[in-house]
Amino acid sequence: MAEHIQGIAASDGVAIGKAFLLEQPELDIQKETVANAEDELENFQAAVANAGKELEAIRAKTLEQQGEENAEIFSAHLLVLEDPEMLGAVETKVKDEHITASYALHEVSSMYIDMFENMDNEYMRERAADIKDVSQRILMHLAGVENTSLTATDEEVIILSHDLTPSDTAQLDRQYTLGFVTNIGGRTSHSAIMARSLEIPAVVGTKDMTSRVQSGDLLIVDGGTGELVIDPDEATMDTYRERQREHEAKKEAQKKLVGEPSISADGQRVELAANIGTPNDMKGVLENGAEGIGLYRTEFLYMGRDSLPEEDEQFEAYRSVVEKMNGAPVVIRTLDIGGDKELPYLDLPEELNPFLGFRALRLCLENTEMFRTQLRALLRASNYGNLKIMFPMVATLEELRSAKALLQEEKSRLHEEGAAVGEAVEVGIMVEIPSTAVAATQFAKEVDFFSIGTNDLVQYTLAADRMSERVAHLYQPYHPAVLQLIKNVIDASHAEGKWTGMCGEMAGETTAIPLLLGLGLDEFSMSASSILPARSQLATLNVTVARELAERALTCGTADEVEKIVHEHV
Amino acid sequence: MEQKTFTITAETGLHARPATQLVNKAGQFSSEINIESRGKSVNLKSIMGVMSLGVGKGGEVIITADGNDEKEAMEAITNQIQEELGE
Repeated sequence: MAEHIQGIAASDGVAIGKAFLLEQPELDIQKETVANAEDELENFQAAVANAGKELEAIRAKTLEQQGEENAEIFSAHLLVLEDPEMLGAVETKVKDEHITASYALHEVSSMYIDMFENMDNEYMRERAADIKDVSQRILMHLAGVENTSLTATDEEVIILSHDLTPSDTAQLDRQYTLGFVTNIGGRTSHSAIMARSLEIPAVVGTKDMTSRVQSGDLLIVDGGTGELVIDPDEATMDTYRERQREHEAKKEAQKKLVGEPSISADGQRVELAANIGTPNDMKGVLENGAEGIGLYRTEFLYMGRDSLPEEDEQFEAYRSVVEKMNGAPVVIRTLDIGGDKELPYLDLPEELNPFLGFRALRLCLENTEMFRTQLRALLRASNYGNLKIMFPMVATLEELRSAKALLQEEKSRLHEEGAAVGEAVEVGIMVEIPSTAVAATQFAKEVDFFSIGTNDLVQYTLAADRMSERVAHLYQPYHPAVLQLIKNVIDASHAEGKWTGMCGEMAGETTAIPLLLGLGLDEFSMSASSILPARSQLATLNVTVARELAERALTCGTADEVEKIVHEHV
Repeated sequence: MEQKTFTITAETGLHARPATQLVNKAGQFSSEINIESRGKSVNLKSIMGVMSLGVGKGGEVIITADGNDEKEAMEAITNQIQEELGE
């Protein structure tokens, strides 16, 4: 009997296939004795060897598909797996106490996990997670339980999981993953963003899908509408196969737009740019025909490590992106840490209200040595292409002036040292705080460009935490107040002959694009996978009609009314 | 048997990636290699052993190598430590 379920649409496309439930089985490990310790030792060694082969294979695949950084996770796992102290302790226990290898391993690994989890050091706590993963892997081999690892599948499946963590996704095999479904998450959660960048159909936030479906059940996932069908009948299958074909055809048509300009039906040019986190994202950027990078989030350079990245390391990362863009604009945002993103080694104070606290530029202006290092790396990289510098979380003109003064000082210093710096590097700010959006006229005189960060601007304007499910309904990107602020920023920049971009999720949304075009936005920066759909949508729009639409939207009373008039129009 | 004393000067002590690399290096030799800190000695080929020592910045460690390739081992380990971890 077919069952229909509604989740949150996370990544467009239709997948039809067998479900594959990804979960770690709870192994019940009891203290039991063995008659022959020698045999048990052999079992243990075989299990370790098999786990090692598995890890080697995962590591090689990850290295090939995702590069060195993600592969390192599994190098660390291998090191734990081969650890002589741990293996030795397990073997001694088996020999001396005649207990099962499972129980001995459980005892030894628990001891290490406890020890590392209680250390006051982020790196060590991560190692505790490694030990857990590795001993689970050995235990499953010992128990002869089929390992439901993502990489263990060799048929095409739809993956179902409570959530997908970054380490799960590092193992995801694009070739065998038709789609995925998670119980938790929203459109902007890690798993959803990842699905869009891999172009895998996905539905998230289904609450209890993993308990409704079993591995092997036939499933349909419509990532465009958020619909799921369990055990579909033939007629339903046909409907969705048709949708699948339509989607593929649409994608094929969009592929033809890769080298084309972004232009409306009546000839208005805009720039469609991509948001990136690391130089690894450049492949998707180039394949999807981005005309620039509208947001390079530099915080990933600072995360997952124990100390600040040095100038040369940063310089290399920035330079590689700028060079790959071959003269096209690359907007690099200076460190935006704090709020929900922490850096353990900076030892920041805990705050009651971190989103309104010590973060981003506020932190950089106090920590000037760290900030100067980044500015120097940016200035040096600017010599290799069209690099633009953007400061995040600017609330006042004083902050902007202080940041610019530091930049100027480092520029002079580099000149004295004889280092090459790009000519006329544009300096802009991210507009995400209402004060800056309201006073945009004053800011416009002192910047070269604005980029509107809607994710934060919306949450600050409506005072609605975007992480809180209870107030999610108040997080309204289409609220007329937000549109008014966007208009204010764009108009202020144009009055000074400057430009405005947008680098929040909104810039790539079908509903937002006609409004933003009508408001006069110059640059739209989005996930690389949204660029071609946006370009194809743009080609159907008329800027004069879009302007009227935007004007009407500004007079609407509610976000719902705004969305309604846009949908009537497109 | 070879024996040498080092002071760890790295900000992160014997915790992070450089420690991992040191363990990898030790694993390349057949000699028995140990590291001692504050009276506790562990196998330098064991990442969990090394990290459980909890050596911080400024900590002193004694490394011993015993076996066929003890000279080469000590030399390689000395280089590795001087590069990233201390003196």
